[in-house]
Amino acid sequence: MAGRQIRVNINGTDHQAIVEPRLSLADFLRHELGLTGTHIGCEHGVCGICNVLIDGRSMRSCLLLAVQVDGRSVETVEGLAEGEKLHPIQEAFMDEQGLQCGFCTPGFIMSLKELLDRNPNPSEDEIKDVLGGSICRCTGYAGILRAVQSAVAKMGGGRPSLLD
Amino acid sequence: MEYASPRSLDEAIGLLSQAGVDARPMAGGTDLLVQLRTGARRPELLVDLKQIPGLCGIDCGSQGFRIGAAVSGAEIGECLPLREAWPGVVEAAELIGSTQIQGRASLGGNLCNASPAADSVPALIAAGAVCTLIGPAGRREVPVDDIVRGPGETALGEAEIIVDFRLPRPQDGTGDAYQRMIPRTEMDIAIVGAGVSVRVAESGECLACRVALGAVAARPIRVDEAAAALMGRRPDSEALEELAARASAAADPIDDKRGTRAYRTRVAGVLARRAAEEALRRAGDRWAARSQSS
Ligand SMILES: Cc1cc2nc3c(=O)[nH]c(=O)nc-3n(C[C@H](O)[C@H](O)[C@H](O)COP(=O)(O)OP(=O)(O)OC[C@H]3O[C@@H](n4cnc5c(N)ncnc54)[C@H](O)[C@@H]3O)c2cc1C
Ligand code: FES
Ligand code: FES
Repeated sequence: MAGRQIRVNINGTDHQAIVEPRLSLADFLRHELGLTGTHIGCEHGVCGICNVLIDGRSMRSCLLLAVQVDGRSVETVEGLAEGEKLHPIQEAFMDEQGLQCGFCTPGFIMSLKELLDRNPNPSEDEIKDVLGGSICRCTGYAGILRAVQSAVAKMGGGRPSLLD
Repeated sequence: MEYASPRSLDEAIGLLSQAGVDARPMAGGTDLLVQLRTGARRPELLVDLKQIPGLCGIDCGSQGFRIGAAVSGAEIGECLPLREAWPGVVEAAELIGSTQIQGRASLGGNLCNASPAADSVPALIAAGAVCTLIGPAGRREVPVDDIVRGPGETALGEAEIIVDFRLPRPQDGTGDAYQRMIPRTEMDIAIVGAGVSVRVAESGECLACRVALGAVAARPIRVDEAAAALMGRRPDSEALEELAARASAAADPIDDKRGTRAYRTRVAGVLARRAAEEALRRAGDRWAARSQSS
């Protein structure tokens, strides 16, 4: 099986690698680069835990091949904090107990990042639409919604009333 | 397995038609990569279509629209002129998966995966969309209605691919809509999908109508009997009830965990009616906007 050379920018750093065509982006990130912040649940595109940003758009890293991101930029949850300083979305998840086991958290955080980067003041419907793309097995949705409210407020938007 | 990302149509057709190689085109991969993982498909070569200019981008010309077959749902949702002209097609495309699936999933993939429940297909059939196919034998145009033969089966020839979808500029008094019933609002499969397009005169008389249903037969179906219930009349509740009854009568669905046969049959009528009502409302709004601007 012939490997293919790819160049990809991950969280601001250029990487070059030779990968097998079958290798998923999720496995590439975790196994080849040690970026285990991206979690893998179903590997069928359903659970939304493996979400990463490709050129700023959220996508399932389990439904992409590493060869498909050749020449693109990928952002994972590891790219959010600046040193010890957490990103406001991460802070909000911590402050509001938006996680229990934390398995689903990177998926939620990355899709919210896309939403808030595009529109710091999203409507309730826009928020719920994005959140519907990930599943939390601990069913901690109330905490997640509180965290989203707080993240939107921290990032300069209004305070959507998601829990009413 | 090998992977290729050709930059031109010629190159793609060349790769797909090599003798003795089981090659498969891929757009967003949201169906195909799952099938690879489960072992349902084991191609020797994946031909990525997303780098080919002819399959990318949406053109909004004076004659109508050209939507590249590999364009993602997210891009379709962001194309305001298309949403304005064919809101039913856009709402159907936007129902495919969640935001993160939307970033990849294409109309070409939705159609060629040939699921009876594919959401964009009834809407495209109702709108009268035509697709351009290219293969080793050249180019041809085929209505979307004629592509799907049965579950997983299409009318595409060996090494033939869909390049784009064409939709006309809607005439005055046109409206379309898509309605879907699904157990969960995201990431599930439709129990029934219904696409309707209508064209009404300023008087309200229905001049043209197309009804298409998804998930109630082995392939998405066009139900001309249901459409005929509105033709030549001002669609009142009696006409709409008749449309619903005929849509239900045309449904021949399966029984499964998502819905029984009886339930799907009934819902087919309900959704066809709701889609027709929405399409009629949009058609009426167009006339209203026109008389305001003149
Ligand atoms: C979590 C999840 C949720 C989903 N939800 C929905 C939903 O709500 N509604 C729905 O309808 N679908 C849904 N799907 C299915 C899928 O996302 C859609 O069918 C999507 O439109 C497929 O497009 P794609 O570009 O990813 O296709 P691909 O996976 O790239 O291709 C699908 C098939 O079409 C062929 N193909 C692709 N493009 C072409 C072309 N241009 N010419 C010829 N053949 C081609 C491929 O060879 C393959 O057989 C869902 C999938 C997932 C994983
Ligand atoms: S692991 Fe990718 S969606 Fe579940
Ligand atoms: S916090 Fe455990 S799965 Fe969501």
